[in-house]
Amino acid sequence: MTLFSKTAAGAQAAFIAGALRCAPVALGVLAYGLVFGALAEQAGLSFGETAFMSAIVYSGSAQFVALGIWTLPPPVLALALATLLVNFRFFLMAATMGRVLRGWSRPAVLAALPWVTDENWAITMAEGERRHWGAFFLGTGAMLYVTWPTASLLGYALGAVVTDPKRWGFDFAFTAVFVTLAVGLARKHRAPLVWIASAAGAFAADRLLAGSMLGSSAPVLVGGLAGALAAALGPKARDAR
Amino acid sequence: MRAEVLLAFLAMAAVSYGIRVAGFLVGGRLHEHPRLRAALDQLPAAILIALVVPLVARGGPAEWLATAVVAALAWFVDLLLVPLAAGVVAVVLLRGVL
Repeated sequence: MTLFSKTAAGAQAAFIAGALRCAPVALGVLAYGLVFGALAEQAGLSFGETAFMSAIVYSGSAQFVALGIWTLPPPVLALALATLLVNFRFFLMAATMGRVLRGWSRPAVLAALPWVTDENWAITMAEGERRHWGAFFLGTGAMLYVTWPTASLLGYALGAVVTDPKRWGFDFAFTAVFVTLAVGLARKHRAPLVWIASAAGAFAADRLLAGSMLGSSAPVLVGGLAGALAAALGPKARDAR
Repeated sequence: MRAEVLLAFLAMAAVSYGIRVAGFLVGGRLHEHPRLRAALDQLPAAILIALVVPLVARGGPAEWLATAVVAALAWFVDLLLVPLAAGVVAVVLLRGVL
């Protein structure tokens, strides 16, 4: 009994730590949610529809793209296909979640997976292996899952007042977050071949496929796979065998 | 809420969810092979770098300098808020100057 409550308390602490670690990022998400809400209003969505979309689609990039191709009646197939392409990077991110959710039951894993998004996934990985890593991830996810729909509705209500995040430097917030987390991970695990392969792949994909339907997924997919390939062929992999 | 709008959002949600579930299942399989496990272990760093590179490459001198500020701070400070706040302030100032 003591052991159980100790574990529960540890998991709770990890959850809160994850939520707090994600709070600065939530500010960036807030800024983008405001913009999304304002655009959703202009696109003719109702307040309830905007809330529903942010709560169940829960993906900034896919939702912005959806507004870009929005018509009435909605082009369901085109929307589904665009979502598949834009969000395919989550395939790679989810593939790395086994270590985080180790020991979790199948239903618990299935319930946690919708919360794998760029920012909180990155924070979870940068945190590195720890006790109650899964609970930490849930904390990061909860923070953003509260922020995104709330921000969308605020933006919807405030309208065009908030459509220029560039003015306040908020467009740079995500760059700063990902750079910080990448530097943190790089400091912990030195793997220069992987970094070079990944950066080169992402740069090439961005140049060649910019403006294509793959959007932000193309650099992540090509760079991520190039880095992983370098790791699989690298000296450490040979030692492991 | 309009039914056809709801249906569209449900389709988008189902696709987003399916991608993650498929990724998780494939990741679990890869874990069983040593060589692929090494790839999987390095995948988070590779993805992070791949997220950063286009963001930085699409910017101009102001964004590049601000990125250097962020990276330098991130190396020494273990708190996300510090490089983040410094980066946002730096980019606003640099855009005004450059």
